Amino acid sequence: MTELYDWVRLIPLFPFLAFAIILLFTQRNQKLSTYLAWVGIGLSWLLGWTIVFRAIGDAHVLEEGFRAPIFSIPTGRGLLQLGFQVDALTTAMLFMVPFVCLMIFIYSKGYMHGDPRYSRFFAYISLFATGMLGLIVSDNLLLLYIFWEVMGLCSYLLIGFWYEKPSAMKAGLKAFITTRIGDVIMFLGMLLLYSTTGTLSFHEIFSEETLHFLKETTVWLPLVGTVSVAPVIAVLLFGGAVGKSAQFPLHVWLPDAMEGPTPVSALIHAATMVSAGVYLVARMFPIFALLPETASMSVVAFIGGFTALFAATIALAQDDIKRVLAYSTISQLGYMIAALGVGAYVAATFHLITHAFFKALLFLGSGSVIHGAGTQDMMEMGGLRKKMPITFWTFAAGMLALAGVPPFAGFWSKDEILAHAFEEFMHKGVVSWPFFVWLVLSLGALLTAFYMARQVFLTFYGETRSHHVHAHESPKVMTYPLIALAVFAVFLGFVGVPEEFPVLGPLFGHNLFHHIVGHGYPATPLNWGVMGLSVLLALTGLFLGWLVYGRNPLKEGQPDPMTKLGPVYTLLRNKYYIDEFYSKFIVRPAVALATLLFRFDNSWVIDPFVNLVGKVGAWLSDLGRIFDLNIIDGIVNGVAAVTAWFGKILRLTQTGKAQNYLLVAILTVLLLLGLYLYLPM
Amino acid sequence: MVPLSWFLILGAALFCIGVYGVLSRRNAIGILMGVELILNAVNINLIAFWRYRTPDQLTGLVFAVFVMAIAAAEAAVGLALIIAIYRTRNTVIVEDVDLLKM
Amino acid sequence: MSLPQILFLVVGVITLGAAVAVVTSRNVLHSAFLLALTFFGVAVLYVLLDTPYLAAAQVLVYIGAISVLIIFAIMLSRKVAAPHLVQRNSQWLLSLIVAVLLFGVLAYLTLQAAWPAAKQALGVDAIGGLGEAFVGTYALPFEVVSVVLLVALVGAIIIARER
Repeated sequence: MTELYDWVRLIPLFPFLAFAIILLFTQRNQKLSTYLAWVGIGLSWLLGWTIVFRAIGDAHVLEEGFRAPIFSIPTGRGLLQLGFQVDALTTAMLFMVPFVCLMIFIYSKGYMHGDPRYSRFFAYISLFATGMLGLIVSDNLLLLYIFWEVMGLCSYLLIGFWYEKPSAMKAGLKAFITTRIGDVIMFLGMLLLYSTTGTLSFHEIFSEETLHFLKETTVWLPLVGTVSVAPVIAVLLFGGAVGKSAQFPLHVWLPDAMEGPTPVSALIHAATMVSAGVYLVARMFPIFALLPETASMSVVAFIGGFTALFAATIALAQDDIKRVLAYSTISQLGYMIAALGVGAYVAATFHLITHAFFKALLFLGSGSVIHGAGTQDMMEMGGLRKKMPITFWTFAAGMLALAGVPPFAGFWSKDEILAHAFEEFMHKGVVSWPFFVWLVLSLGALLTAFYMARQVFLTFYGETRSHHVHAHESPKVMTYPLIALAVFAVFLGFVGVPEEFPVLGPLFGHNLFHHIVGHGYPATPLNWGVMGLSVLLALTGLFLGWLVYGRNPLKEGQPDPMTKLGPVYTLLRNKYYIDEFYSKFIVRPAVALATLLFRFDNSWVIDPFVNLVGKVGAWLSDLGRIFDLNIIDGIVNGVAAVTAWFGKILRLTQTGKAQNYLLVAILTVLLLLGLYLYLPM
Repeated sequence: MVPLSWFLILGAALFCIGVYGVLSRRNAIGILMGVELILNAVNINLIAFWRYRTPDQLTGLVFAVFVMAIAAAEAAVGLALIIAIYRTRNTVIVEDVDLLKM
Repeated sequence: MSLPQILFLVVGVITLGAAVAVVTSRNVLHSAFLLALTFFGVAVLYVLLDTPYLAAAQVLVYIGAISVLIIFAIMLSRKVAAPHLVQRNSQWLLSLIVAVLLFGVLAYLTLQAAWPAAKQALGVDAIGGLGEAFVGTYALPFEVVSVVLLVALVGAIIIARER
């Protein structure tokens, strides 16, 4: 029954309908808006999972994909077919996206309770869900790009949702403009791809002939000279991913985006939109991997690896509970990008899915903490374990998953990345990107465990460090999604257990995830050494965290032990001064140039000329005015005056007495009668 | 034998007396009486012409009856209006009711 | 002078005299009673024109209904009907001239024309024919007039009713 897959067209439609109805009709009725949004995403989720579980057992769909065309655009070269599709990667994403969205939608009811723009919030997140769902089921780059931009718009709207706060407004603008830089580069890549191959459909791009053609084709670039076209396209497309997935150097928008409501942070900046960049690279992976020795892979590997470590270090020194998670997200996205850079396609996708679950969980957990404690500053929290037990336990599950402690989900996916990188580096030697990636990611794993331990100990252990904080557990509508996501954070990893792993491997279907997604890619073999090392690093990180923050919980007024690092701490706390750097070397020169142009415009050339023209015009119109006032007005007024004079006289005949009028009428009749008699026939 | 012209002269006289009444009376009821005189004059003419010119048809008679019915209706509505105006403005002098000229 | 001519002259003088008194009397109530006399004179003229049925109708409708209605109306607005009030308005002289001129023109025209001198024989049964005409040829106008009368009466009640 292939008809089931045809229904994939409806998946993005449900939330869109919810969005439209809420925006047009039910703004006033908050309850109805909530349920509409829930029904929209709920239907998408049900349909999505139905398709997912059908596709898992359908080898044909997983290998070849199923395409559901929607419409086609005639172009000079023929038809540009646009449509939706179900294939292995879509299946994996379709498992994660609607479910996480649904959990966040449910959670939002509690978190946004009492907000003046409550209904609008649900409208926006419904539109956002449309964008994300549309993105993962698109069967071509153009449609993907459209949904990509829909998400960008929603991201702007939702980050700046509390636009009364200037910081939120600025954060929204920053996110929009920063990602736009990446999007323009990505669009250039799309154009180059289209002009080279004449198609944007994934199915056609990844066909044997097209890939072969791409391999042979070259393009001339200024400064660089003639190079093969595939890496150029790949690097340009990667620009979009860098913007959307907040990779260095376009990562600056994501931490600021925490100004938005927390469900938004969970939805957009943890689970879905930021992973769209990784998804894009994974989707276009055949082009990246076409010529592995060229710049395409190394750029990806370098950016990813560097970002992973770089963001993890910043996360060490942040006090805002959501900012720590934001940098952690950047770091983890770096992991995925780096994994793709060393060819670990399956591992990257796996980490994308597991990370979405536990990072959404962590964000929602932090939202619950903020909701309960009323502050975002971890230095004011402490001792929340007793007051918010459900939040604590679910948050702990997410933390262990992120830190990579077995058997939590994050362990399996992170370990697969490290194992793959190690494998590659064994092949290529120490002077290679895989070695760099393996090294920084291992270091990153240590830091990840440490900063997560720091966060948990600061937040949940010890005593409350501020008398403002009177924490209470969040309502059920918020805790239930946490529990549901925690279940996945704990158990989801088992779908990707390496085949050779004793007991667990055979038990969970011999690396089920690889069977679903990894068609055509070799499975990463189990490497006990790497696995042991990664466990050791995670546990070391956690232990160090306990040593610094857990053994003697911080008291009120005590400084953060991290400050002992001195200038390093200052550097980290200020995020390597990247924002300042951008403001000094990019924003300020841009503003200066704009000022210069403004001067040219305003006081030197353009404006004086315009003013001269204006003055001549004013003089001419003055002439016209005099003519108008004296002659035209005179005529008009004269006509009016004459009319008024006549009116004044004729007015006298109107007495308002009916008998008077009747007398006149009879007189007239008499007159006519006399005339009739007098005149000869 | 009474000639037709006698009836016509009498009708004309009655008509003109009615016209004078309508034009000169201040009292609305007086005006109404003038109107009744006019209608009677018309009826005299109708009957007289019927009797002298077309006595073999009934049209003149029928119209005379219709005029009577209309006169009755007119008197009823007119007097009702006068009563209503008297109630609201406490006058039946038409010069005081010159709402036509604001 | 035949008897009908003498009768006509006597009745005509009485009718016109009463009519003149109607429009000139200072007392509105006197006017109303003289109006009834005028109506009666007209009824006698109808008899002279061989239509005793119309004469009866004249007496019933004009004297019995309209005159009485007018008298009631005068009584209801008694205060302003007081005899000492001036009943002529400012244009009365002009109105008189117009009326006399109009009569002059009409009388001139009437006397100019060559009228048949005598009555012809009555061709139809006036009363029976009238009854048949109302339910036959003139059924629709008759019904319309009766509806007009009904509407006028209902309207009069609604207008005059105290609110």
